[in-house]
Amino acid sequence: MESEVKLLSGAMVTLALATATLVIMPYMQLDDVKASPGLKPYTAAELRGREVYIANGCLYCHSQQPRSQAQTPADFKRGWGRAPVAGDYYYDSPPLLGTMRTGPDLFNIGARQPSADWNLGHLYQPRAYTPGSIMPSYPFLFDVKAKADPGDRVVNLPPGYAPPGEVVVARPEALDLVTYLLSLDHTYPIKNELTQGK
Amino acid sequence: MDTVTTLLLAFVISVTGLFIFIWSLRKNLFDGDPAAARVIFSEGEIGKVEEPALTPQQLASLQDTVGEHQMPEDPARAALMHKELEERLQADRSTSLVSFVFLSCAIVWLIIASSAGLISSIKLHQPDFLTSQAWLTFGRLRTLHLNAVAYGWCPMAAFGVAIWTIPRLLKTELVGGRFALLGCMLWNAGLIAGLGSIAAGFNSGLEWLEIPWQISILLVAGGALIALPLVYTLQNRRVKHLYVSIWYMGAALFWFPVLYLVAKMPGLHFGMEQATMNWWYGHNVLGLYYTPIALATIYYFLPKIIGRPIQSYNLSLLGFWALAFFYGQVGGHHLIGSPVPGWLVTLSIVQSIMMIVPVIAFSVNQHLTMRGHFKTLIYSPTLRFIVLGGMMYTLSSLQGSFEALRSINTITHFTHFTVAHAHLGLYAFFTLTMFGAMYFVMPRVMSWEWPYPRLIALHFWLVVIGFAIYFVGLTIGGVLQGLDMLDPAKPFMDSVRVTIPYLEARSVGGGIMTLGHLVFAFHFVAMALRYGPARIGPALFHKSAIAATQGA
Repeated sequence: MESEVKLLSGAMVTLALATATLVIMPYMQLDDVKASPGLKPYTAAELRGREVYIANGCLYCHSQQPRSQAQTPADFKRGWGRAPVAGDYYYDSPPLLGTMRTGPDLFNIGARQPSADWNLGHLYQPRAYTPGSIMPSYPFLFDVKAKADPGDRVVNLPPGYAPPGEVVVARPEALDLVTYLLSLDHTYPIKNELTQGK
Repeated sequence: MDTVTTLLLAFVISVTGLFIFIWSLRKNLFDGDPAAARVIFSEGEIGKVEEPALTPQQLASLQDTVGEHQMPEDPARAALMHKELEERLQADRSTSLVSFVFLSCAIVWLIIASSAGLISSIKLHQPDFLTSQAWLTFGRLRTLHLNAVAYGWCPMAAFGVAIWTIPRLLKTELVGGRFALLGCMLWNAGLIAGLGSIAAGFNSGLEWLEIPWQISILLVAGGALIALPLVYTLQNRRVKHLYVSIWYMGAALFWFPVLYLVAKMPGLHFGMEQATMNWWYGHNVLGLYYTPIALATIYYFLPKIIGRPIQSYNLSLLGFWALAFFYGQVGGHHLIGSPVPGWLVTLSIVQSIMMIVPVIAFSVNQHLTMRGHFKTLIYSPTLRFIVLGGMMYTLSSLQGSFEALRSINTITHFTHFTVAHAHLGLYAFFTLTMFGAMYFVMPRVMSWEWPYPRLIALHFWLVVIGFAIYFVGLTIGGVLQGLDMLDPAKPFMDSVRVTIPYLEARSVGGGIMTLGHLVFAFHFVAMALRYGPARIGPALFHKSAIAATQGA
């Protein structure tokens, strides 16, 4: 090859093709996707919690996309829910699909584990609830005090896990994060549109 | 039109287009030994080994393995040879400062990235290790590791090697090196700010694109400035043929800014389209940026060291355009099973399998060029890193192609198997190749020999053994994890418990790799501080080397 113009224009054409198939065509096809009926927009607290979820990298261990029963029945049988459709992520920017399941899928964690107490305590010390869990504990989302002040949200931990003589109080970030987790409930029925024929 | 017809049609049209394109570029596709393959050698240089990381005695042994080399005796040819080597020396001098700055930054990021990776790895089996600070939590530290590798070590090493190689390939001096230096400063400033923001909890939530877009502007501006010298130097070239390494490096240095700019455009992407864009970027930054730079490195250094042109120049042409074409569209295989349009996933699976074409083209070419010369691996550290890196390219690409199949993806997706695969590509292929290139480049850049040759061997064996433990362990652990996850009769915790010994093995392997990096960094600093013997000019001009060669 002797011409750098041919080289670079050829290189740009192949990149343009890739961009057309993976970015522009999905852009056009998905542009008119509507929110799934039954999906509620996030509240301000849930959105703040979503930022805590992103900031601490929860998405690197937890997916939010149960697989279809055609691909594997396991996800549904574990109670992780039906396969999602594009409309389920209407309010998600960016969507937090995740690529790892070092921990379980969280697409319906709000329905599966609706207790705020459990979720708060589990963030403080996962091994208090799930022996052998390798999820990090998040002590920096909590304060440990001698006595709770008025308005404090005290975390009820299983016996033996609370620091002796002190109380564990959730910080606002922890409360927001749990509010977000409890909002993850996509158990409403859907009419399947985009995923059909897969 | 239904999905299958669209897909088949798009596929047929694109493959036809690809072949017409290659044909139009080169009608004499099966030419024996085109002049273009010999453009990297000076007059009378074919058959002469070049390996700056060796002592004169080792160099003589290396020359022995490829056979005796005759210096041109005809005075006119000898004069031409000296003129060409003098020009190469000029080219090397013009790049030494710029390359040194980039490669030094690369070493710093390598150490930072390895430490972050190692601590993250330990956290996966010691979950209560270092949890008191938010920035040390697994989710942030792991992201710091990825970004320090993806935007620190890899591009700094790639730029450093590319900027050093390009003037040699174009037989001219580097023009506009100060733009690259300015670009380097902007880039590193952006990266430091980006890592700081991730540590502080500000990140975009998209894998590989975590750095906030406000900071990304620095990386885009820096990257564009770094590409400028390529344009200026190309305009000043003194060669007619553009050698294969130039295609890969040139294309990569233009592909990356486009990819990054489109991906980081604020407010453009939405919903599921953002997910497809994310993997269009995530896979192309590997396929259209790191991979071509490393392949370009292999295509230059491998023939140069053994003093023999690459076997099939046309095979490399096919390899280049097939890579440019197929690799760009494979990203959708990360989204198998997610609610993106089905045709997109199928297209990506098809193109992933088609990637076998450029991979085999490269592997066959490398093997045929090395054939009969494998003994050189004993003597040349550069070659050892680069040849192993090239083999790992074949392995990781073939593994990647098969991982894209739905049946295999169902088991391996969402597991540590994918992490092992990613490291096979970016570490065993890209990083080992860059280590090899740096062993060749640095003596030229510094006009100084590597002070402690034994440390090179130590570095090699540490990273190879460390990586073998890492890869084998994590691959097995990933498969077991995937199988447990697919069995609904087993509780989810089984898929976690089964991985623990393998995660521990990964920490051991990663620790050994990090140790190897520390050895390399120490050696690099020792060289920069001028320990050990001096070396002036290229080996051919080096008195003792000539004496040794002639004595052999």
